[in-house]
Amino acid sequence: MSDAATMDGLPGGTKGVVTDFSADRQAFHVPWGKAMMWIFLLSDTFIFSCFLVGYMHVRMAATDPWPFPSEVFALSFGGDPIPLILIAIMTFILITSSGTMALAVNMGYRKNKKATFWLMVATAILGASFVGMQAFEWTKLIVDEGVRPWGNPFGAAQFGSSFFMITGFHGMHVSAGVIYLLVVANRVRNGFYEQRGDNYEIVEIAGLYWHFVDLVWVFIFAFFYLW
Amino acid sequence: MASAEGQQHPLGIYYKIWVLLFVVSFFSYMVDYLNLQGMTRWGLILLFMFVKAGFIIAIFMHMKWERLGLKLAILLPPVFIGVLIWLMAIEGNHTELTRIEFFGESTMVPEEVHH
Repeated sequence: MSDAATMDGLPGGTKGVVTDFSADRQAFHVPWGKAMMWIFLLSDTFIFSCFLVGYMHVRMAATDPWPFPSEVFALSFGGDPIPLILIAIMTFILITSSGTMALAVNMGYRKNKKATFWLMVATAILGASFVGMQAFEWTKLIVDEGVRPWGNPFGAAQFGSSFFMITGFHGMHVSAGVIYLLVVANRVRNGFYEQRGDNYEIVEIAGLYWHFVDLVWVFIFAFFYLW
Repeated sequence: MASAEGQQHPLGIYYKIWVLLFVVSFFSYMVDYLNLQGMTRWGLILLFMFVKAGFIIAIFMHMKWERLGLKLAILLPPVFIGVLIWLMAIEGNHTELTRIEFFGESTMVPEEVHH
């Protein structure tokens, strides 16, 4: 196992920070693609934070009562409506896909091409089913319940705009992730990275993006659906 | 563990975290299902949220095994979002009070949700 803290004879800890930041050419001792992905994810963190803080602000400032998400997103299977059930299922699907992605990364580093490919495909399928459920949820909300970005029958008008903005942007990230994963999975399968002599780091980089999508959902689930 | 390249870790840790994420997600769903209210609700929501986020970042995204330089570069900047939250919370309260002062309390009667 690699011990990143003391690699290449560089000092670890705070002394390592000084060494890394004062290095002439390379600050982060990771593949450049991984550093760039992390920096992209950092910027994405700020975008999602702005959405969530904006949502917090309009919810605090609204004088009309805020619709109770537990009831709005309840789903009935014939009997009594179960609160938030679809959202719970979507949450579990996304966590499952995060698990399969983590295993894909691991299998990639073990140079197990076949397992990496299939685990990535499984991740993409789970992601696509998440987007499908979201489409169902949106349809139900728009068509059956009359929720619009400018108003809804259940309370403060700002509910709709925050909801469509935040979950829409997240759904877009999931959709982009599904395409990204399938492209990388296909290149794993046809030996593209093998020929280039890569160490399947690209799988880990794609994995970072995918885990981030799951991470954002953790915050949306907590602040939008549960709060 | 043949080579020393990349982030190679035993599979066991992924399975453990995977199960843990399921369990914690189930708990946070239970917060809503059992209809907990007030500080208990918000406290538990935040607790479960940070536990989940922490494990995803540390283990699944391998941040635990990265060098401190990368950890600080990525994890420190989001801390400042706290300032934005604080400012917008003040602003939000002010806006609400101003609205009530000029437009009065809300007279909206929300409809029941039909399923």
